[in-house]
Order: sequence, then structure tokens, then C-alpha cells
Amino acid sequence: MGLIDRIVSRSLQKDVSPGEIAIVKVDVVYAQDGTAPLIIDVIENELGMGKLAAADRSYLFIDHLAPAPHIAAASAHKRMRRFAEKYGVRLFDAGYGISHQVVVEDGIVRPGMVAVGADSHTPTVGAIGAYATGIGSTDAAIAMVYGELWLRIPETVKIVLSGPIPKGVYGKDIILYMVGEFKTDGMIGKSVEFHGNALKNLTIDSRMTITNMCTEMSAESAIIPVDEVVLRWLDEHGYSIARKVDGEDLGEYVDVIPVEVSRLEPMVAAPPDVDNVATVGEVEGMEVDQVFIGSCTNGRLEDIEVAARIIKNKKISKRVRCIVSPASRRVYRDALKMGYVDVLIEAGCIVAPPTCGPCVGAHMGLLAEGEVAIATTNRNFMGRMGHRESRVYLASPATAAASAIEGRIADPRKYLS
Amino acid sequence: MIRQGRCWKLGDNISTDHIISGKYKFEAINDINKMLTHLFEEVIPGFHKLVRPGDIVVAGRNFGKGSSREQAPRLLKMAGIGAVVAKSFAHIFYRNSINIGLPVVISRKVPDVTQNGDVIEINLVEGYVKNITRGVMEPIQPYPKYIGQIVEIGGIVEYIRRYGRPPWQEATR
Repeated sequence: MGLIDRIVSRSLQKDVSPGEIAIVKVDVVYAQDGTAPLIIDVIENELGMGKLAAADRSYLFIDHLAPAPHIAAASAHKRMRRFAEKYGVRLFDAGYGISHQVVVEDGIVRPGMVAVGADSHTPTVGAIGAYATGIGSTDAAIAMVYGELWLRIPETVKIVLSGPIPKGVYGKDIILYMVGEFKTDGMIGKSVEFHGNALKNLTIDSRMTITNMCTEMSAESAIIPVDEVVLRWLDEHGYSIARKVDGEDLGEYVDVIPVEVSRLEPMVAAPPDVDNVATVGEVEGMEVDQVFIGSCTNGRLEDIEVAARIIKNKKISKRVRCIVSPASRRVYRDALKMGYVDVLIEAGCIVAPPTCGPCVGAHMGLLAEGEVAIATTNRNFMGRMGHRESRVYLASPATAAASAIEGRIADPRKYLS
Repeated sequence: MIRQGRCWKLGDNISTDHIISGKYKFEAINDINKMLTHLFEEVIPGFHKLVRPGDIVVAGRNFGKGSSREQAPRLLKMAGIGAVVAKSFAHIFYRNSINIGLPVVISRKVPDVTQNGDVIEINLVEGYVKNITRGVMEPIQPYPKYIGQIVEIGGIVEYIRRYGRPPWQEATR
């Protein structure tokens, strides 16, 4: 039995197994302004429900178009605020942060919980040992109204990350390497559970980057068992384990895959798909028009810190716009306190509020025809960040920062002493 | 449930962005009807004018990958698509399709032999998918109990409207 099966079994007080359709009680259900308008339609108009059984476990986030870049978004946000008020649901308004970041850092989702999010990158939250999976809008409406929904319990693949992590290699490079190896449909119908001695050197920030992009190999969920790193993080934040579940390897996985991280280099995913992965050396020198450091993938304090460390006392290239968006207000405030924001602004970066905008081509830095971006985000589909003929390369914050200085894709290792 | 229709053949890894671009989703966020003319526009130019009620989409691996974007299956259903047959589906797209009552069928063989315009039949009662044009038939796995009930009635909202509760509550109480 994988860790996810054990979390669901524990929650339901009866054993479930992979492949089974289980009716699961959700501890947390959340949605964002891209998916919430349809949730509101389903609850109010299609179902005509006046109250939610799970109101106290439901959360809405204004993070995708935050603050509103056009009137359609402003109207959607207005509906969300009215809905939240009427049904007693907590809403995190523009500027508070990106959903997956906030549910972790605010202690809304805690280890052992079952969390569903109307956003495909919900597996991010599995980094703290919760079962978190992405759902649709009707799903989220059902979960809010009834407090439960149907889930197919996924088979689990165990990935063992081992070895010391080389200089210039981060969580992002590790997950880009894996997406390149396993391809975009490699984990379809499955969840991924991480083990291995490399984990002790991966912080919660780094782990969230890895679980975040398991979505890009079609994993339904990703989870890292509670270990000393998680326990220390919980202690520092004053949070506790919600449901204690044995994290020991019981050996029942559909596959066990070793990944040796000590041989990795900084990686880049070239368009048009996330599994089109190369080492930074293979794409070095490619001119870029825009650099974006942020998103649910890489907008955490550790990411801003390494970008600031690389950019410190330098100027970003005249050729590029470098946009940095901390993933939450808390990260922004911490980055301010630590002086990182000052360093970035001094170098010529634009430090934006928390938003998903650039990643989804919604606002805050779109690309024109033929333009090229290097971004710390999770998707590089054609036209993702703007014009259909614009291109996106995905990389770590270190690689993005080095590229901002040079105006072309650059190896970060020469900037790291 | 039996669906028969003319096929639109697509390849592997058709994403929710291919089905409906995020740009339109965000611009028309309060009104799904405004997105309909952009359905599949980068993949099949003019699709919204060419599609006929009852048409069936046949695709390769990982259909519907990408975002949670429930507008993707909703728009397919609104355009009259009767079912989607693919070698595999991204899990949120699959869930969304079930929840809105768009039959989604996993088929290993049929996508390989199918070409645009072939006539496809799916039979969820007897459990097969058939390319009538090519004379190729393949058995399909029946849906688990609740899933079958949701698809049969046309979606979970329809089910709740009819019975006042989701199917699993009926089963346990």
C-alpha cells in the first residue's frame, strides 16, 4: 500500500486499494479565479444549493488574474467575493498569494490530510505529506456542497532520489530531468511517492517545486512522506500533523524507479512541450526577451534568494525585461526583510505582486510575436505566455537569473562561488 | 447508451490549451458561450462551423492534458460531440467529462486504425467501441457503478437534480 492509499484508508476508517472508486471525505477543497466562476454557476444556478456542508473547509483564491487586468476578471472577482460572503467561505483576495503556496504556508493543508483543488497543480501540496489532487469545477462544487466526492485511488510509483546534489542543480532541475525521462504521459493514472537519501538536502521549498511539476508527467498526485525536514518545518511554523500515517515503505508499488541526482546538470525544457528537456549547455546562448521568476513552481523564498544572490551587484541585460513575482505576500515580505527585493530592483528587475498572470499568459508581462522567454514556471506550450508564435524555455531560478544578466540562456554555475 | 457518429481524428497529447486556449478562457470567464467559436481553433481551423451534432473525437494518448479547465469538455459537449475515444486521458479531463455527462472511452486499438471522417460507434451497454468504416471492433471496460450512473443520466448535476443526492449517497443510505 502506498502512502496515499494509507491516508485515504485512515480517513475513511476502511481499507481502499488502487483502481478502486472511493467516496472520499475532503479535508480541504480550494479553487482559483480561473475555475471558481464555473463552481459558482454549478452551485447557484445548476444545483440551486443555498448552503455548503463543507463551507468551513472551502477556500477561494484570487491569484490567476490578480489584481484584475480587465473588466471580465473584475466581474468574476466580484462574484467570488459575493459568493464567499453569502456561503461563509474564506476568500484570499488579490495579493495574498498563489493557492498552492498559501494552503501550505498558512497551515490550511497539513500532513495526512486529503486536499482537492480546482487547479491541475494541486499535487504541489503533497510535499508536506498530504494527499492532494487536482479536480474540475463541478468536482469542487460537489466537494463544497457535500464535503465528499468520488476519486479513483491511483496506483503508486516509487521514485528514489539518491546522491549528493551538485552545485547549480535545484529541485527544478531534478524534476525537469524526470519529466524529460518519463515524458508527459509517463505517470498517467498514477501517483508518485518520493523516497531516497537526496531528500534530506531538499527543503520544503525545493520539494514543492518537484511535486508541482509531477503534473507535467500526468501524475494524479505526488507525495513525500513526513520526515525530519517536514517535522522541522512544521515546528518552525507552529503547525501539527493532521492525521498520522505510517510513512514506511511497505513495498507495494507498481514500479520503483531510481534517479541518481549527483550526475545532473542545470536543465532547461525547450518548447513546445515540458518533456523536451536539454542540459543548459545545449541551449546556452539563445537570446531571450523576457525572464520570469515566480509562480507556484518557483516563487518561494529560496527561489528569490538564489536569484538575488546571482544578480547582486550586477545589472540585468538591456535586452530583457526581468519580472520577479513572489508566490505569496509572506514570501514577498520575507524577501523584503532579507534585502532580496532591493537587490533585484537595483539591478533593474520588475518586482510584481503574487500572481499566476505571466505563466498563463493572462497579464503582467505577455510576449509578442516571435519573442522568447525563460521562465521558472511549469508549462512551455506554444503561445502559453502570449502570442501564439512566442516561445517559453523552462528553467530554475538560478538559470533564469543568470540568463537575465546575459540576455541569453546562461549556465548559472559560473555565478555561484 | 449507444453513440454513433462521424469521427474527428487527433493525435497524442491534445491539451486543454488545444481544446480551448487559456486566453479565451480568461477573457470570457463569465460566459462560456463566447468561447465556442474558439474550440479547437489551432488544431482544426473552422471546427466550430464544421462540427455536426453526434460527431465523435478519436485521439491518441493523454487526451485533455494540462489545466483543470472544465470548459474544455463542456465546450465539446455544447458543440455536439457525442463521445471522446482515446488511448488514454488526463485524469482531470476524464473526471470533468464524466461529471458533465460526456462519454469518454479508453481504446487501445481503434485510434490506430481510425481516419478523419470514419464512422465510429460506442456501445456502453454491451461494452464495445467499433470503427464501422474499417470494420474494427474492440471491447471496452465497463464504467464502475457510480461513474456509469453519472454518465448515463447526463452528468452529476442531472443526477442530483433528479434524485436530490449524488449516486453514492443513495447506495449507502
